[in-house]
Amino acid sequence: MKVLSIVETAYRATVEEQDDTILWLNHMLKNNGLDVGILLRGSAGNYAVKGQDASGLSFGDLEMSHPPQIDEDLRALMAKGAPVYYVREDVAERGIQEANLVEGVQPISRRDLPSLFEEYRLVWHW
Amino acid sequence: MGTLTIALMDPPYETETTTTALRIVDSALRKGHSVNVFAYEGAVNLTMAEQAPHANPVKGTSVEEEAHPTTKDWIAALFRSAQGRLSWVNCGLCVDERGAGKWIEGPVRGSPKEFAEWVKSSDATLVIPTN
Repeated sequence: MKVLSIVETAYRATVEEQDDTILWLNHMLKNNGLDVGILLRGSAGNYAVKGQDASGLSFGDLEMSHPPQIDEDLRALMAKGAPVYYVREDVAERGIQEANLVEGVQPISRRDLPSLFEEYRLVWHW
Repeated sequence: MGTLTIALMDPPYETETTTTALRIVDSALRKGHSVNVFAYEGAVNLTMAEQAPHANPVKGTSVEEEAHPTTKDWIAALFRSAQGRLSWVNCGLCVDERGAGKWIEGPVRGSPKEFAEWVKSSDATLVIPTN
């Protein structure tokens, strides 16, 4: 079954969880037989920026040793066969250069979103 | 009759979306449908057994007078009325990281695997995330 997950809420508890919980859930769903795709919209378009570094957090003598690597998580999803799209206008409005995005993510314009939705049995807006 | 699967993410007492979701569950059950709920992240706290009602010092009401609602009581009531048509999975990893392992009778520990299976077998799936 084809499922498109729209991820809009960005960086919600990613430091605490060491990942994005919706990307993680979709990776698990892909592993369990759902044909998932990811659409990054709004601020979540920043998830596709290469080389993000969330390391360095510490509290007293407790250091966080496994910071989130959202760009790598997107690469892992795509390697499993899950397409990752981003809304081109949302990325442009935030001053993000498309050359700085992870290889393999696919741009889609807002006006083409209905056509993308048509390709999926279920569309979930997270 | 159909089967509806719902994914919830909000913890108790944060937003009205949980109340709305539980109203959807109640309505579906009253109409004879079956409902599956996958409680993800903060939603695993909805069924914690040790939730307790409280008095209201502003109104000067006692615990009994206030009759303060808890989500675990609402969900327990849904289980009573469902007569076996309500299934509820608490995401096990989410439970562990929150220390939320003591819950009311009804929910079971599970994983996204159960959610994936439910999605494939349900007539409709509704995700209600937190923002």
